Amino acid sequence: MIDAIISIFLIFGAGFALIGSIGLVRLPDFYTRLHGPTKATTLGLGGLLIASMIYFTSRGEVSLHELLVTMFLFMTAPVSAHLLAKAALHLRIRSEIELPKWDK
Amino acid sequence: MLATAILIAMVLMILALILNIWRVVVGPDTADRILALDTLYINSIGLLVLLGIHMASSAYFEAALLIAMIGFIGTTALCKYLLRGDIIE
Amino acid sequence: MKLLKRLVPHPIFSFVLLVVWLLLNNTLSAGHILLGSVIALVLPWATAGFWAEQLHLHKPGLALRFLLLVLWDITVANIQVAKLILSPRRKLRPAFIHYPLDMDNDFAITVLAATISLTPGTVSIDVNGDHSVLLLHGLDVDDEAALIAEIKRRYEAPIKEIFGC
Repeated sequence: MIDAIISIFLIFGAGFALIGSIGLVRLPDFYTRLHGPTKATTLGLGGLLIASMIYFTSRGEVSLHELLVTMFLFMTAPVSAHLLAKAALHLRIRSEIELPKWDK
Repeated sequence: MLATAILIAMVLMILALILNIWRVVVGPDTADRILALDTLYINSIGLLVLLGIHMASSAYFEAALLIAMIGFIGTTALCKYLLRGDIIE
Repeated sequence: MKLLKRLVPHPIFSFVLLVVWLLLNNTLSAGHILLGSVIALVLPWATAGFWAEQLHLHKPGLALRFLLLVLWDITVANIQVAKLILSPRRKLRPAFIHYPLDMDNDFAITVLAATISLTPGTVSIDVNGDHSVLLLHGLDVDDEAALIAEIKRRYEAPIKEIFGC
């Protein structure tokens, strides 16, 4: 039973990570590409880490330190996305739609 | 059953890594490459976690945490470079 | 009470440090609780000079509910984004959105921007100098005004209430 739950989390997590990477390859311009990795990949990793947590806890040794990596990723993913978007806009990287007028 | 699930998940992660590497090579902009590298390190953490479950060892956790931290610092530094043309001002 | 306040100037920060230390060592042994407590007390005190302003959580209960709401939204958002990524490419309607901000606190704006980045189809790009406009990028925007209203109601209002600004 526990094996089934772990397996579902593993496939779910890896699937989302793959979808994020497909988005990275498939979407048309930089600003849209930004969406795949920041959202899907972060959630996918969350799924894998929850699976790891359940697995090690079910073997008798309570293991919660995966939470630390999950929290770290959920805190840093928006920051790196924000920095990348800011840098891209600063360099006026090509977009499918018109870039906005933006000065500080 | 778990062994099969781990195997499938590993194959999915490796496919994701290949797609990331493709984006690193193709570009076309520096920002795209940095984004691809960012995704690459996050996916490699996933692969390490899977390896940890496969080997039933929690020794991979420290590596995962370190990759997460150093990867984030790397992305931040590269973005700063794009924004200012310099990392340490 | 006053002594306690001087000993623990940032109670939430100290508590988070202790929890992180215990998670990092994956243990609940007495020795690590003691060591973690020492770190949790000394580190905020040693770095006090770097903290510009102390932020007050006005409504911790609401903060917890907001966290759960955001976690739920992240899951839903991801299923939506996954659908968009796998659907034919011409269906996308990306847009840059100028989002008018109603708050001025740096930390509160950071929390809002991070929330926006993690939830449905939007990434925050930049904030302007006088903290009045946040620039967003939406992956598939149907109605710009509706999206802005939705973010205001769902995320900005609770954040304003939580930090009391």
